[in-house]
Amino acid sequence: MSEENERASDEHADDEREDGEAVVAAVEAVAERIEAERDHLTDLDSAIGDADHGGNMARGWAKAADAARDLEDPNPETVAKTVGKTLMSEVGGASGPLFGGSLVFAGAELADGVTAETAVAFAETYLEKVEDRGDARIGDGTMVDALTPAVHTFKKSVEVDDLDPLEALAKAVDAAERGVAFTVPIRARKGRASYLGWRSVGHQDPGATSTLFLLEEVLEVAADRLDAEVPETDASSPTIPDDTEAEDAEADEAGSDDATPEGAE
Amino acid sequence: MKKLINDPDDVVDEMLDGMTAAHPDRLRRLPDTQVLVREDAPLDGKVGIVTGGGSGHEPTHAGYVGDGMLDGAAAGGVFSSPTADEFEELIAACDGDAGVLCVIKNYEGDVMNFETAIELAEMEGATVESVVVDDDVAVEDSLYTSGRRGVCGTILVHKAAGAKAAAGADLPEVKRVAEKTVDNVATMGMALTSCVTPEKGEPTFDLGDDEIELGIGIHGEPGTERTDVMSADEVTEELTEAVLEDLELEPGREVVTIVNGMGGTPQMELFVVNRRLRELLGERDLSVHDAWVGDYMTSLDMAGVSITVCAVDDELKELFDATTDTPALTVS
Repeated sequence: MSEENERASDEHADDEREDGEAVVAAVEAVAERIEAERDHLTDLDSAIGDADHGGNMARGWAKAADAARDLEDPNPETVAKTVGKTLMSEVGGASGPLFGGSLVFAGAELADGVTAETAVAFAETYLEKVEDRGDARIGDGTMVDALTPAVHTFKKSVEVDDLDPLEALAKAVDAAERGVAFTVPIRARKGRASYLGWRSVGHQDPGATSTLFLLEEVLEVAADRLDAEVPETDASSPTIPDDTEAEDAEADEAGSDDATPEGAE
Repeated sequence: MKKLINDPDDVVDEMLDGMTAAHPDRLRRLPDTQVLVREDAPLDGKVGIVTGGGSGHEPTHAGYVGDGMLDGAAAGGVFSSPTADEFEELIAACDGDAGVLCVIKNYEGDVMNFETAIELAEMEGATVESVVVDDDVAVEDSLYTSGRRGVCGTILVHKAAGAKAAAGADLPEVKRVAEKTVDNVATMGMALTSCVTPEKGEPTFDLGDDEIELGIGIHGEPGTERTDVMSADEVTEELTEAVLEDLELEPGREVVTIVNGMGGTPQMELFVVNRRLRELLGERDLSVHDAWVGDYMTSLDMAGVSITVCAVDDELKELFDATTDTPALTVS
C-alpha cells in the first residue's frame, strides 16, 4: 500500500480498530461473567439437561477470549468470526453450533463496522441462525425465548423509535430478562429438556440464561466505551410510532402511566 | 470399575491411533483432528459418504470406512458429538468433486454440528446433502420431543449409500437410496446391564440383578420399560413385536435383519436371539434375505441386544449384497 493510500484510509482504519477493540473487550467481559456464573448455569442444566452447560460455556468463552486477544488486527467482523469458530470447536454439544456457528454467520454483518444499523442486522441474523439450527421458535423453552424479545425490541427501538443505540440495547437486555423468566412456567419443546415433558415446567432454561448474561455484558462494555451510564429502561413501556396524532397521545399516556409507579416507589 | 484405559481424556485419541496402526493401508487420520478417512480419499468423481458421532459405539463409525461404504468418519468424545469444525474438515477431505452425502444419526448435537459444517462447506463451494437416520422405535416421535434416535439401522444406510456411490451413481441417486433405507428400517434395543463410561467409571444407570431395561438407547438413555428378567425368546418377541408394529409389513415381504450386540454380549446369546427372530418372522410369512449377527453399533461394555429389521426390494438387496471391504464389515 502506498503512503498516500495509507494516510487516506487511516481514519477508517482507526474507527475499525476502535470498534474491534470494543468487541474484544465485550468478549473478555462475557468470558469473565460466564466463568463467574459457571456453577449457576450447571445447576440450572442439572435440573433439566446433562449438567454440562456451565463447564462447556466457561471453557469455550475463555478460549474465545484468548483467541480474540491474539488477533493482530481486530476488526469487528474478524473478532466475531474468530470467537464463533473457537466456540464451535471448544464448546461442543448443541451449544457450539448455536452460540458459535450463529456468531460466525452473523459476524459477516459487521463488515462495515459497528453502527446501529449493522448491529440490528447482526442481531437479526444471529436470531435467525439460532432458530434454524435449533429448529426452535419462541415459546419452546429455549434460548430463543431470551433472544427473540431482545432482538425485536432492539430493532424497533433503533428503527422505529429512533432511540440512541445504548438505550436501545438497554431495552433489549430488559426484554431478554423477561424472556428468561418466561421459560420457567412453560413446557420445553426443544432441547434436552423436551424429553422431560411436563416435568420441564417450573425450570429456567440454561441457554436462555447464558444468552441474557452475554447481552448484559455487551451492554456494560458498550456503556463503558461510550463513557455513559447504563440507561434505566423498561421494555414493557413501548414508544408508540408517531404515525398519527392519536397514537402520539397514547404514547404520552403510556409514558405518564409508567411514571406513576416509579414516582410511588 | 476396572477399565483397560490410561487416562479417560486420552481414550479416543489413543483408540484412533490404534485403529490406523491396525489398518494403515485402509485408514488415514487427518492431522490434529479426530477424523479418519480412507487412505486414498478423496476419490475423484465418486460421491463421498461421511458420517460421525460420539465414540464408544465401535466399530461404529470408522470401522465402516472403506470400499463400498464410508469415505470418512469423525469421532467425538465418548457419547458426545464431534464439533462442527471437525465435520467441516471431514467433508472437505472426502469431496471428490461429485458431492458429499452426510449420514447423520438423529441426536441434537450431531444434527446441529453437522448442519453448521454443511453450511460452512457450502459457503466454500462444496455440494453437500444429508440424510438423518431415526430408526429407534422406542422413542416417541412427536412435536414435543426431538424425535426418534438413530441407532443400528444406520449401518444399513452406510451400506446402501456406499454401494450406490461405489457403482458411480450421482449425489441425488445416492441420497435417494439412503432415504429409502431410512424409510424401511426399524430397530429396538434392550439392556441387561448399564454401560460404564471411562469418564465416570461407574454404571450410568442402576439396574437390579433381576431387572432388564427395554427400549434402551445407545448411550444408556432410559428405555421404555423396566421389567423382571426374561428369557432370550421372550426378549426377542418383545423387540421384534415393537419393530414389526412400526414397519407394518405385508406377508410375503423380504427383510434383512441385524441382531446387534451392545458391546458386552456373548456371541452365543446373539445367535440364540437370531434363532427366535427367524422363527417369528417365518410365522408372519416374512422371508429373511440376509441375517447379520454381531457387534455393529455398541454402547461400550453394555450387555444387551438390539434387533433391526429392514424391508428390502430388488434394489436394496443388490446394494446390501454388493462387495465391501472395511475393517468391520467385508462382503465379497
